[in-house]
Amino acid sequence: MGISDFPDAFKGTRETKGVCPFNDQNDPVAMLLRFKDVRKAAHDYKSFISGAKPGRIVVPSEVNIRETRQIPFEVDPPEHTEYRALVEDWFKRPLQPEYEAGLERIVESELERVLRKGSIEVISELSLPIQSKALTLLLNIPMEEAKTWISWGVHVFRSEDSDLDGEKAAILYDYIDAEIDKVIENPDDSLYGVLLNSEYQGRKMTKEEVKGVLILTFAGGRDTVINYLTNTLAYLAEHPEALRQLEDNPELVNTAIEELVRYFSPLTHMGRVVAKEKEVCGHTAKEDTRISLCWASANRDEGVFENPNEVVLDRKMNPHIAFGFGTHKCLGATHARQLMKVFLRVLTKKVESIEIIDAQENIEDWGAHQRKVGFDSLQIELNPKK
Amino acid sequence: MAKITYITKSGETFEYEATSGNLMELAVKNKVPGIDGDCGGVCSCATCHVHVAPEFYGKLDAPSEIESDMLEFDDNVSEYSRLCCQIPVSDLVDGIKVEVAN
Repeated sequence: MGISDFPDAFKGTRETKGVCPFNDQNDPVAMLLRFKDVRKAAHDYKSFISGAKPGRIVVPSEVNIRETRQIPFEVDPPEHTEYRALVEDWFKRPLQPEYEAGLERIVESELERVLRKGSIEVISELSLPIQSKALTLLLNIPMEEAKTWISWGVHVFRSEDSDLDGEKAAILYDYIDAEIDKVIENPDDSLYGVLLNSEYQGRKMTKEEVKGVLILTFAGGRDTVINYLTNTLAYLAEHPEALRQLEDNPELVNTAIEELVRYFSPLTHMGRVVAKEKEVCGHTAKEDTRISLCWASANRDEGVFENPNEVVLDRKMNPHIAFGFGTHKCLGATHARQLMKVFLRVLTKKVESIEIIDAQENIEDWGAHQRKVGFDSLQIELNPKK
Repeated sequence: MAKITYITKSGETFEYEATSGNLMELAVKNKVPGIDGDCGGVCSCATCHVHVAPEFYGKLDAPSEIESDMLEFDDNVSEYSRLCCQIPVSDLVDGIKVEVAN
């Protein structure tokens, strides 16, 4: 098996049972594994709610380390609709040419920096800096701020040995509190400033609501983007022909990013709380228990995807749900897609070949299933184009 | 050369001529409101949902199962609903009118 192979961890259970139980801190989760079940449940926000106790729809649950409700993520319609409408246009800014150009400058300068070094550890030296600097564009704040976030390291919301480290999580929450206070003192045109000025149900957004949007923006787009960038480099290292294909056919980028995000599915799953007892795939989802929507498993469903375990860069029909599905589909997807496109374009322009020197896989443990989601470290050598 | 007309939710009309690509790409290129084409046309996002004028609906190839399944879960679905990334520009669609669904 190659370093850039990401096996389908759920195949057996998906095909035989369709549901996989997982015990998370005594608040069990029934993971839905089949494409159709996942999509149907994601669409049914009335039966499977996101507006539960803050942190509970995240798996592993964050109820013990977070009180702030992430917005619009942990709110359901009708309230969700107004919150989402408030932020929708802001999160579509990545489609603007000047935003795209900004991303291009970031990726170019980061790549040039590591190309001068030759051999690098991808996560700490490339993926994290690119993700952090790109986030300053999304927040519309000075790029120097990324230095702080980079200094937190990859494990800002998790400690090395635990997914749930309250002290680590507090670093981010305290930081956001302080930033909100600064912008209240000196209003600006950052996401903080825009939200503080926004009206929800005819009144100004509260500090707590603004914080909820910001926590979502920071947390939702960190590990996911870092895994995507890192995994893509591993893939291109082992598939040098893909680099050339992307170079010869720039249009290929459009289908390639969708295929890579399907294959990697950087977010394995997302939970929901059952509002009223309901049958799903032979499982009785009892009221006030949890299910999860396993995007990673659904994206390998053979009933939907031909050759699901192959990366087909020009896959024409690709109804993947790597960015979720329905009401709560990923708010940051426009930013992520633009960054993914720019990253591939700049790489093909500047890099001749990539060699993997060493890789430590990051394997998630979902009870009966172990899923590779990325790497704990990836040492590579980058060879520039002459 | 095919002439394509988009009618947006607010009732605005946009007319374009094209020779290649699909109806989503043409709309995105011209920034037709309500057609985002987030996924670039691989049938993953349903942000290019339109209602095709009835007289043209039957002329098009029937939607694939993947497209139909996507539409099943979208808002404002009608019997003339299509994802316009799946409608190629060709002489067959010359004069087509589509209403943006969302």
